[in-house]
Amino acid sequence: MELIKTDIAIVGAGGAGLRTAIAVAESNPDLKVALISKVYPMRSHTCAAEGGAAGVIKPDDSLELHFNDTVGGGDWLTDQDVVEYFVNEAPKELLQLEHWGCPWSREPNGSVGVRPFGGMKIKRTWFAADKSGFHILHTLFQTSLKCPTIERFDEFFSIDLLMADGRCQGVVAMEMKSGRLFQFQAKAVVLCSGGAGRMFPFSTNGAIKTGDGTAMAYRAGVPTKDMEFVQYHPTGLLATGILLTEGCRGEGGVLRNKDGYRYLQDYGMGPETPLGEPVLKTMELGPRDRLSQAFWHEQQKGNTIPTPWGDSTHLDMTHLGEKHIDERLPLVRELSIIYAGVDPVKEPVPIRPVVHYMMGGIHTNIDAETPVSGLFAVGECACASLNGANRLGSNSLTELLVFGKRAAKNAVEFARKQNSEANESELKEQADKAQAKVRELVQKSGGTESIAGLRSEMAKSLEEGAGIYRTEETLQQTCNTIADLRKRYAGIELHDKSNVFNTDLFQALELGNMLELAQTVAEGALARKESRGSHQRLDYEARDDEQYLKHTLASYQGEEAPRIDYHDVVITKSQPGVRDYSGGAK
Amino acid sequence: MSEVQLELEILRYDPEKDQEPHFKTYQVACREEWMILDAVNHVKDEVDTTLSYRWSCHMAVCGSCGMMIDGQPKLACKAAVKDYADKKVRIEPLANFPIERDLVVVQDDFMEKLKRVKPYIIRKEEKPIEEGEYKQSPADLKRFKQFTLCINCLCCYAACPEYALTPEFVGPAALALAHRYNADSRDQGLAERHKEISKPEGVWDCSFTDTCSIACPKHVDPASALQQLKITTTVQWYKELIGMGDK
Amino acid sequence: MAYVRPVSKTCWYLKDRNYTIHMLNELTSVFVGLYALLLLWGIGAVASGPEAYQYFLKCLASPGMLVLLWVTTIVIFYHAIAWFKVTPKAMPIQKGEEFVPGGVIAGAHYVVWILFSLVVLFLAGVF
Repeated sequence: MELIKTDIAIVGAGGAGLRTAIAVAESNPDLKVALISKVYPMRSHTCAAEGGAAGVIKPDDSLELHFNDTVGGGDWLTDQDVVEYFVNEAPKELLQLEHWGCPWSREPNGSVGVRPFGGMKIKRTWFAADKSGFHILHTLFQTSLKCPTIERFDEFFSIDLLMADGRCQGVVAMEMKSGRLFQFQAKAVVLCSGGAGRMFPFSTNGAIKTGDGTAMAYRAGVPTKDMEFVQYHPTGLLATGILLTEGCRGEGGVLRNKDGYRYLQDYGMGPETPLGEPVLKTMELGPRDRLSQAFWHEQQKGNTIPTPWGDSTHLDMTHLGEKHIDERLPLVRELSIIYAGVDPVKEPVPIRPVVHYMMGGIHTNIDAETPVSGLFAVGECACASLNGANRLGSNSLTELLVFGKRAAKNAVEFARKQNSEANESELKEQADKAQAKVRELVQKSGGTESIAGLRSEMAKSLEEGAGIYRTEETLQQTCNTIADLRKRYAGIELHDKSNVFNTDLFQALELGNMLELAQTVAEGALARKESRGSHQRLDYEARDDEQYLKHTLASYQGEEAPRIDYHDVVITKSQPGVRDYSGGAK
Repeated sequence: MSEVQLELEILRYDPEKDQEPHFKTYQVACREEWMILDAVNHVKDEVDTTLSYRWSCHMAVCGSCGMMIDGQPKLACKAAVKDYADKKVRIEPLANFPIERDLVVVQDDFMEKLKRVKPYIIRKEEKPIEEGEYKQSPADLKRFKQFTLCINCLCCYAACPEYALTPEFVGPAALALAHRYNADSRDQGLAERHKEISKPEGVWDCSFTDTCSIACPKHVDPASALQQLKITTTVQWYKELIGMGDK
Repeated sequence: MAYVRPVSKTCWYLKDRNYTIHMLNELTSVFVGLYALLLLWGIGAVASGPEAYQYFLKCLASPGMLVLLWVTTIVIFYHAIAWFKVTPKAMPIQKGEEFVPGGVIAGAHYVVWILFSLVVLFLAGVF
């Protein structure tokens, strides 16, 4: 096994990983950075984010408003010290991107433009047409090319973390083109490996989003936090689940049921706003959890449109006009035409809620630190509790910038303090163990289970039990199914025995990771007997601050289900209140 | 839902087993709304799990699934099966790149070339963040916006006959990104990029076949960028000749 | 080892219709070159005196030369049209925020071409 010694190892080269790497390289050019990713940086799923990134820049906006929107949007499960830090840093980070060349859309006077987004009191979403994530990712990737101390390991699949002397000292990863394993020894490790939306059958997430980093940390003893909070984006394109940005509604698009009726007014988000005049925090500009839940109710009432790809409602943008759509939502138009055969300029687009984002993830704090020293996490793989029970659209792109920079600072400080030698023998032993695990997976024969089969059973079970609305019964069923699938996982057999780009093997590893995380989602949801944000229980319809104004921590217990504990929420200045998205909201 | 019957001929190559690539045929009953990628995924999941290829976003933005479909470089996630209905379809790895395994090609060459053209903002003096954004009018933005849309899928390299004949050629995507930064009102790095672009293997290897632009799934029009770059490069050459080389 | 597919150095342009069209475009340059040589010959003849010029004119009127001239004329038309078509790519013009439509830029080339032709014909005493 090849050994690579570095100062900071970063797993994942999407927005969070690149921002972290650049921050280390710019401020500490004497430190070596190993940027390890299972895909080339520009393939990372940050590229699929569309709508934009939130940050206070305009004179009519304030940090306090952004704070309030985020805390309320998260149904008070946010850590308020984290939110406060975030809203403060957000504008600086977005400006930094502007200085690095991000092609933000502009106002006529040359300043950056902002657009309205769901759950926000004021327009504050910076955008680059409807390809904001794409431009952020490419700006960061291209900027990273000028940093000589960043050494990229593209297409290296991380298997497990290396832990010794009570701290994280590196990671084992496989070079995908050769099948060779590499031991990366580092003074600090930052996980930036993205979410795990592929656990679900219908998701906006790309194939790579299988929660590998989160599962590695989980196995290494770091609890996951708030995994039961899974965001359904209200406007996924029918059939494929491709994301149609919230920007569609920010620009004035409206949701209609089978009768053409704007149904959101029946779910506490009215009164109906005039067509083409969207009102912030009202109707279509309510938060994602509420909109997706409204769809579910319409479905129960029979107000949705049955199609071969499931029930749907309509996202109507026909009143926006071709010029406006082409300028602000060109990708949405292109995607609708290619993947649904519908031109939004002329017809309403069929949509339904789709799994989009994991609010939960690796337990981290305001410093992006995990409870294991030397291990940091940023972005969707992490849960710094910025997003609480429901993330507001356009906070996640900013989050990976703000906390990428913060993680870099703290990881550097930590690395500088590490004078002790790496525990070579212990690390080697663990690396050998990871190698043995992979070898066994490849060489084992006689199994009867298929990867695709188990994967679709997992996805179906999660959707049925841990979807938009949940009950004790469905959750229990899902918990049982996932536990059973984890046992059956031992029975898979790989048909591909090659060392070269063995995607059969990578899919098997990804499935293993997803099964472990699926269990934290289902078990966390079963234990949380209340409804909050994206976690809605039909058997416990109210929010219960007395018992559950707490973060769920799930700790790995080997083959058993995780242990569930709770952790206090940080409240500084906003006491839990009512989330009001009716037109009268102040 | 009606079905589309496809006969996929997929080029297979495992360097540990094969001397050279060979085609393997798969019959796939596709749903009519599928893309070629869905058909390939179906093969991977249900028929032959040993097939290797790259893919992720399934929305034509991550750039992973570029491959030759019926001889043309395309994103598999953007090529509708309807367009190949009831036909034999050849699926091969992107042309002009070495084959790593099956439909996976070696991309190191592009990654190295991209870095060479310095695709990032270069300034003589950085403006402090506290002073806010660089002002850029919508017209200034529009001047280069199109060339920011490149997803690095490398379809243009697979389409470029010059790259096939002269592998040293820096190539369409990388040069288009160089032009993207040259044309950005915030950038001052033209002279620095010029050193790389004006080399024989730089922009002058382009003979303007326009095939890169025809292949580009994102309508970036790299051919346009390269022709503009030729003009810029010529002007810069004269400027340097008379000692006025800086942008 | 990664497998490198062979590329034909001599017949690559037959692989793809667009390549073939491109090579045809490139081939037309040969005729443009030939015509330039012809012009040079003509200028040389004028400089060498009336006899040489008469001989030049006589050569031009020979059947072989007429065929060549007609072929060249057609090919040069093709050459000009092919390149005018792509000029908007090489020389986009931005007016305010919008780009001038490609048709206008290509059209302007045709207008200039016609004007020049008229001037030449005028100087040649056709009108």
